[in-house]
Amino acid sequence: MTTTDAIPAAVASRVPGERSRGIWRTIKYVLLIGFALVVLLPAYVLFVTSFKGIGDATPTNAWKLPESWETAGWVRAWEQLGPALGRTFAMVIPASIISSVLGSMNGFVLSKWRFPGADVVFTLILFGMFIPYQAVMVPLVQLMGNLGVPSGVPSLIVLHVVYGLPITTLIFRNYYAGVPVELVEAARVDGAGMLRTYASIILPISAPAFVVVLMWQFTSAWNDYLFALFFSTSQNGPVTIALNFLASGQLQDYSASMAGALIASVPTLIIYILLGRYFVGGLMAGSVKG
Amino acid sequence: MSSTVPGAVKRPGRSQQPRRPKGRRPGGRGWVAPVLLILPTVIVIGVFVYGLIGSNIHTSLQDRHNIGPSQGFAGLENYRDLFTDDDFIYSLRNLLLYTATFLVGTLCLGFLWAWLLERKARGESLFRAIYLFPMAVSFVASGVVWRWLLNNAEGDRASGLNRLFETLHLDFLQNPWWTNERWGILAIAVPAIWQLSGYVMALFLAGFRGIPEELREAARIDGASEWQLYRHVIFPQLSPVALSAIIIIGHMSLKVFDLIMAIAGQTNYTTQVPATQMWIEFTRGDYARSAAIGTVLLLIVAVLIVPYLVSTYRQERRR
Repeated sequence: MTTTDAIPAAVASRVPGERSRGIWRTIKYVLLIGFALVVLLPAYVLFVTSFKGIGDATPTNAWKLPESWETAGWVRAWEQLGPALGRTFAMVIPASIISSVLGSMNGFVLSKWRFPGADVVFTLILFGMFIPYQAVMVPLVQLMGNLGVPSGVPSLIVLHVVYGLPITTLIFRNYYAGVPVELVEAARVDGAGMLRTYASIILPISAPAFVVVLMWQFTSAWNDYLFALFFSTSQNGPVTIALNFLASGQLQDYSASMAGALIASVPTLIIYILLGRYFVGGLMAGSVKG
Repeated sequence: MSSTVPGAVKRPGRSQQPRRPKGRRPGGRGWVAPVLLILPTVIVIGVFVYGLIGSNIHTSLQDRHNIGPSQGFAGLENYRDLFTDDDFIYSLRNLLLYTATFLVGTLCLGFLWAWLLERKARGESLFRAIYLFPMAVSFVASGVVWRWLLNNAEGDRASGLNRLFETLHLDFLQNPWWTNERWGILAIAVPAIWQLSGYVMALFLAGFRGIPEELREAARIDGASEWQLYRHVIFPQLSPVALSAIIIIGHMSLKVFDLIMAIAGQTNYTTQVPATQMWIEFTRGDYARSAAIGTVLLLIVAVLIVPYLVSTYRQERRR
């Protein structure tokens, strides 16, 4: 086959690769499925153990299906977590809405209606996202006390709004950076002021960013444990506190703890399942185009 | 998982916008309105971030070891105490080991998963969802199951993963997990890696998708081998994503707290890190020492974050 030389390299390399490609495909799917099983392993344990009766959660039966499917663990978990779940919703929903709206306005001002020093201000705000909250916690407890914000839900709303501002500002700013300048310019030429430009031009196209930001804020406030530990008790705290209280009791009630972990994760899991697409899309908007 | 960051990722070569001539920026008519709009945020961040950091440093320099008021200025005494305390040194060492393991683990797995999925694998969205879902779960909830999985009993009493290893005739893998004094902290990195590798995968997937197909084709036509293609085209294109992943995972890792509280509890020695010690000192009412630990943590995180923020800022200015 002297003509091989004439075949463009791209085509030539494809011919002998046919068989190794088949092997490669097999390896790829074996790996993908293997990893998926490992990732799902804890989910299996949670699910199976939550339905086990008291005597069934022994080491010997550790990985087996329940001998009989009991729901008593779920009932015990629900009794302990129910009130905390309500408080968590009451805390997370306002916290994520307020910080998203503020973040959107900040993002607009920092990208499309700028002022001198906007970059410095942005960088200084951004720093707030990375600080370990331990570095402000001691005076923060004092400050919240001095401000008279009650422990529990009110305190946590304030904290999640305040410390959520950097990330919400960042995501909106990156999102708005991709909006053509001409849109804003056109509104300006038409004589629209800042707030009207924001309300009539920017806000209507912000839905994708709002989905990502709300999702993000909802998840991080829902899953927060650190602020909850410092600013609430098991009587007025969110579900993470109640769950840890349930799970770290002296009597290791495995079925109730595992059922509790599932109950506490349902809202965020539903959000990920329903809106996961937007999350990855938002990542791309934030990272690659951003 | 209180503060992972979806959009924190910055890419230097962001879409170039035409430079606006000076003085013709939108809103050039006045900067009072935008400043007013952002003022509440600036004030709040000023107080709750910068003001409180200052106040915390101030507390850490006081002789204030119970709930009463300060007994006077103590200078760097509290820091000197910390760094001559073997337990604190041990907790710093734990933090370092944990961070290194967490970073290497999530980056390797995240990259591998993204690499396996990037070429339109069948069922891609299903795999992606499976790999990503642990991220939606709180460390407290995942801690419940991981405490069970990482049960340290071995042999007949073995439960959790040790039991699984026995069933699979992999007994040599049985180990005391987080109760080991030397390497126990690495056991805490296992659930952390489980939880965040999917996130790193999503970052890398976004990075892969951002590489124009023409670039790969061009390299292939130039006769580049598969390795050369990665070495000279794909890796350089992915390096900003990798950097972002390091920043995000790194700063999360340095703040590890929830997972340890949920798996080992606050009093367990083998899994001490500065954040758990800070909490213990706080509950004891030793505010000065607690504040000093907080400041040390801030400095450690700052080493990672400040260069990143400065370079981000420079890139913004260049636009």
